Amino acid sequence: MSCALLLLLMSWALAMRTGAAVEIQRPRGVPLSSEQFYEENKPFTCLDGFSTISFDRVNDDYCDCRDGSDEPGTAACPNGSFHCTNAGFRPAFIPSSRINDGICDCCDTTDEYNSGATCQNTCREMGRKERESLQIMAEITKEGFMLKQQLIHEAKRGQEDKQGKLTELQGSKKDLEEKVEALRTVKETAEDPEKEAKERHLKAWGEQKELIRMEKDKTRMAEAFLELDDDADGYVSVAELQSHLELDPDSDGSLTETETQVRCLPSQENNFYHTSKLQGCSPFGEIRRFESKIGDLHDSCRSNEKVWAGGLWMTTGCMNLEKEIGFDFGPSAEFAYLYSQCYELSTSEYIYRLCPFNRVSQKPKFGGSETNLGLWGQWAGPEDSLYSVMKYDHGQGCWQGPNRSTTVKLTCGKETVVTSTSEPSRCEYLMEFTTPAVCQEPASLDEVLQGHTEL
Amino acid sequence: MANFIERMCLYLVLVLSVFLSIIQAVDRSNFKTCDQSAFCSRQRAMKPGQSSYRALLETLELSDSHLTVQLLNNNNKVLLLLELYRLQGNMTRVKINELKPVKPRYEVPDVLITDPPTELMSVVAQDEHRVVLSLGGEDWRLILSAQPFRLDIMEGPQVLLSLNSRGLLAFEQLRIRKDTISHKISSTVGSMWDKIKSVFSSKSQTDTKEAGEKEDTEKHDKEKVSEGEEAEEEVDQPGMWEETFKTHADTKPNGPSSISLDFSLPGVEHVYGIPEHADGLRLKNTDGGDPYRLYNLDVFQYELFNPMALYGAVPVLLSHNTHRTMGLFWLNAAETWVDVSSGQGSSEVPQTDVRWISESGIIDVFIMLGPRPNDVFTQYASLTGTQAFPPLSSLAYHQCRWNYNDQEDVSAVDQGFDEHDIPYDFIWLDIEHTDGKRYFTWDNNKFPQPKDMLQGLLDKRRKMVTIVDPHIKVDSSYKIHTEIRSRGYYIKNKDGGDYEGWCWPGNAGYPDFTNPEMRKWWASMFAYGQYEGSMENLYTWNDMNEPSVFNGPEVTMHKDALHGPWEHRDVHNLYGFYVQMATAEGQIQRSGGLERPFVLTRAFFAGSQRYGAVWTGDNAAEWGHLKMSIPMCLSLGLVGISFCGADVGGFFKTPSAELLVRWYQAGAYQPFFRAHAHLDTPRREPWLFGPDNTALIREAVRQRYTLLPYWYLQFYHAQRTGQPVMRPLWVEYPEDIATFSIDDEFLIGRDLLVHPVTDERSSGVTAYLPGNGEVWYDVHTFQRHDGAQNLSIPVTMSSIPVFQRGGSIICRKNRVRRSSSCMENDPYTLYVALDSQGNAEGELYIDDGHTFKHETDKQFIHRRLSFTANSLSSSDLSPDSQFPSASWVEQVNILGAQKPDAVTLTTTDGGESSVEFAFDPDTAVLTLRKPGMNAGVNWTLHLR
Repeated sequence: MSCALLLLLMSWALAMRTGAAVEIQRPRGVPLSSEQFYEENKPFTCLDGFSTISFDRVNDDYCDCRDGSDEPGTAACPNGSFHCTNAGFRPAFIPSSRINDGICDCCDTTDEYNSGATCQNTCREMGRKERESLQIMAEITKEGFMLKQQLIHEAKRGQEDKQGKLTELQGSKKDLEEKVEALRTVKETAEDPEKEAKERHLKAWGEQKELIRMEKDKTRMAEAFLELDDDADGYVSVAELQSHLELDPDSDGSLTETETQVRCLPSQENNFYHTSKLQGCSPFGEIRRFESKIGDLHDSCRSNEKVWAGGLWMTTGCMNLEKEIGFDFGPSAEFAYLYSQCYELSTSEYIYRLCPFNRVSQKPKFGGSETNLGLWGQWAGPEDSLYSVMKYDHGQGCWQGPNRSTTVKLTCGKETVVTSTSEPSRCEYLMEFTTPAVCQEPASLDEVLQGHTEL
Repeated sequence: MANFIERMCLYLVLVLSVFLSIIQAVDRSNFKTCDQSAFCSRQRAMKPGQSSYRALLETLELSDSHLTVQLLNNNNKVLLLLELYRLQGNMTRVKINELKPVKPRYEVPDVLITDPPTELMSVVAQDEHRVVLSLGGEDWRLILSAQPFRLDIMEGPQVLLSLNSRGLLAFEQLRIRKDTISHKISSTVGSMWDKIKSVFSSKSQTDTKEAGEKEDTEKHDKEKVSEGEEAEEEVDQPGMWEETFKTHADTKPNGPSSISLDFSLPGVEHVYGIPEHADGLRLKNTDGGDPYRLYNLDVFQYELFNPMALYGAVPVLLSHNTHRTMGLFWLNAAETWVDVSSGQGSSEVPQTDVRWISESGIIDVFIMLGPRPNDVFTQYASLTGTQAFPPLSSLAYHQCRWNYNDQEDVSAVDQGFDEHDIPYDFIWLDIEHTDGKRYFTWDNNKFPQPKDMLQGLLDKRRKMVTIVDPHIKVDSSYKIHTEIRSRGYYIKNKDGGDYEGWCWPGNAGYPDFTNPEMRKWWASMFAYGQYEGSMENLYTWNDMNEPSVFNGPEVTMHKDALHGPWEHRDVHNLYGFYVQMATAEGQIQRSGGLERPFVLTRAFFAGSQRYGAVWTGDNAAEWGHLKMSIPMCLSLGLVGISFCGADVGGFFKTPSAELLVRWYQAGAYQPFFRAHAHLDTPRREPWLFGPDNTALIREAVRQRYTLLPYWYLQFYHAQRTGQPVMRPLWVEYPEDIATFSIDDEFLIGRDLLVHPVTDERSSGVTAYLPGNGEVWYDVHTFQRHDGAQNLSIPVTMSSIPVFQRGGSIICRKNRVRRSSSCMENDPYTLYVALDSQGNAEGELYIDDGHTFKHETDKQFIHRRLSFTANSLSSSDLSPDSQFPSASWVEQVNILGAQKPDAVTLTTTDGGESSVEFAFDPDTAVLTLRKPGMNAGVNWTLHLR
């Protein structure tokens, strides 16, 4: 009773607000905007114009129009659609196959008028909730958008800094390369098996070593670590190396611990360059090949290695800066602040880690090594919002499957947080990430609310 | 999440890698060839010739129900007892067992629905060489010849079938072992890891090692059987007392026990059946290759066109020629091999010889004499029962994947179907939904509120299936395990301890489903109070019930494991049958006997049709597998199992969008319609391939839903008569030789002919429309075609070539909703396809769709619709039943019609009204607008 009364009142209120006369009734399921086509007691022409039928065949539970337009209020047409007014919430079209199917689809219950289903009118409640959440969203958007302006500003400054630094680095790099060239000459003579000559070189290298060490400090070698030192703890761990498949010598999709030990840890006793597998590791492949031939010169090798490592790091530093400057940080570089940052989310089993523009990884909470879920690929949103989705791919390979990859969906938020992760398909991960950088200029709240309520 | 499985898999990769590089699909070396199976190779070494058996006619006894006579093996003097039964319905049963076995031999229980009723047999003539018995009728005779023993079944002067005509009857009598060599038997039980390794790593070893091991076992002393002075010395042959395959030893405490018998079918060139094999519909000659093998096995990435055993076994073979269809049902649950050899018999008549070899048990064979295909189906159904009548919703579309990850995932997929307006009825959860592969449990993190989830589905009138496999995690904190263990319900190993094997949960026990007490207990576990989180819209899937044992020989159970007094060897092919039986029983019981169950099984045996649906196992996303789904399901239908389907899209690998669409189109016209995908494959819900493909899939699924009344009717018939739902063409056109080898198209019931597109980038198919004088109507365009022709049909991506037979009336519900339950009260549209005489006939069946009330309370509507002399009428086929249906007739389409002047409707209350109509001269379709009568009443529509 009270429900019916409420409905009556509401429809009255509606009529008043739209200024339409109370007595006009549309056929069931017809939206206000199409009302004009359904004139009572006049022949009805299907909306596709294909045929004309007498008005008593509108909503007579038999499909006469190919386009389904004669049965907006019954389930007779396979392609029909039913309009629920949903006063108090937002109006909606549902496929006419959902009319009287025993399931409440319209919050105003109008789709179930003859099925015996007992539906509650929930439009007001839903409307209230939606307004609340829209309000909250609007506030978030507003604040987020302000934060975004800040980010854009900072990004602009950072960009200039980096450009300067790069120029500087490129200069130093050139110097270093020259020195390395000099060293190469020195080294080539080291091939001389005579002990004497060898010692001489050793001495010479001792001097050069000092020189290089100074250079190294200058060029902030640490930058070279960025690529490898994923957890930013200042050390390149085995796990971190393992996650870098580009270092994988036998291309089996994983780096074994032995492989990493053999390779890239200068602190290990193993000679850094004593394997031909390492050619992908530095730009000095030729020297390395040469180097591996003179296995009896272990000591000198170890000193050499640092020279070359310095060169490598410097080069990497340059490359990093170039790379960073080359990144697409969004139309106004608003995503630049994410660079070289990492964000974690802890679930019951794993800690997920998103390092934007770098990589995504997953580490079991209770022991076990980290898994690379993908390296930065590209922006992958739809055309109209390219910067709403990030794609990370070429992660660790899956057995009988693809390499792991992660899609990161960005939504507007005041904070920069990973809010959820899932694995919809095996080895294809989905991550949700909030950041102010995707916040759009807010429309006024009134606009937002109005846009959702047709009355 | 992927990590754990990955680690497991990585291990496998390491050991398998050598092999995978050589063999793409199945690893054949995991499975025995006949040569590697000791009894098969022993038996097959025996060549056709004069039988050593003689029937001792002086021992012949004829009672009311049967005849017995002793058979003597001239060589070893062992006596067998032959029992002959003439069964009601034109069948003969032949049983051969040892007269006095040293211990009982296994006889398969529970498969026959009753002790088959017999008919009187009488001796027509008898002399010292033969006995002639009458099988009824004027000229049906059975001739029993004494020396050598053989049986011939005659119709008049014609031999229909001969038994032992090639002298391949062989019966390895049970015997006491004369010397025992125990050194081989010891040291076979290693650690679990050893076992696992052995499964895989031994692949990489060459056959020479196996051969070497075999030789070891062959070194037995000669053994003498003391059956009398005249008995020849019987020499122990390889593998009689033990056998090793790869690293798996099979101790054979009972020694050799295999049996073999041959059948000759003069005049027969086409034989079918003995599923499950990934092979064409028509059985091939096995000369020079391996026989067809029947041994339920979990075959990883099975190969096409191969006689290798697969997940299920139905030892039923059908023979067919233009005159007669017959069947052979070899009731034996042990490992079985079937040789088929077609060629010229005597006097230039084609002939097919069939030879059955089983590892243990007795010879118990039913000869079904037809003569028409439907007679054979009726005969077989009278022995093993008919297809269970499934809930209507289970004939709709099923969405499955290994795995839907969690409740949110389930809800999102459910939502996805609504958003894309694609109907579905069931969503499935594979093994990952459980708490550590402990069946009957839920992963608390992923599925914390299963009842909320099920209620959410119920609110949309949808359902769910969870997997319940028969391997039980050995874990003292797991109730199911501790109960089974404490009740002693596990299968035992040869030493008497609980048998344990490796499967999804790791170490697992296998309940002894052959034990009726165990089955009763298992059934009780499906009670709502026992299976926590279950509700009435939750159904069950039994996978891995061959049983699959990852570290067992041929990925299954050791044959010397024990089921009470019987070895696993004796019962192997029955295991899956019993698992599904117990599960279906559990579902019936939980509803107090009211609701029909729905249980899908991978393993099966003769009679499995009584318990639910089967699918063709772990196929692959390849065009060849799509094609193969047709003969595989046709073969199953021929042997009673109608509720069959293949994983739509293919289980392994990733289908192209085109393959996926084509598979949906084909699957929509196969009985069990479920999409499924492997864990490692990308998601493939129907809307993930762009709007065009989504629309194509939507349309295919919608076609399925419109035809649900027709499918339901076919299953109603299948339950009542045993006729297959999905049929080879020859079943309906038994005299049309052109149909005998067709397996790229099929019939649903009698009236729909389907030729799915199964080729990549196809621009057309050629469909054979059978029947001289028959007419066929394209169901999409209503275009009319004559029968007995090859019709070229151009196709586009939206084409699903389907034809309705002229002379039929099919009822559809064209208002497709989001699930079949939502369509319950919707009106029907009738498609009346006129034959060349202008007549048509059809039926309509309606009940509540899910209970047994159609059986218990006769609550159903079954009507005949017939169009003759320009009148279409509905009459009651079951006047003593009733069911209130809200459905009515909204439209009638008469195909091949002429334009009438007027149409009137007469109802039983005498009312007469005029019905509006429209006639399309281009298609000759007459459409009657909204006649409006209730589906459950009598009426007549007159065209004038």
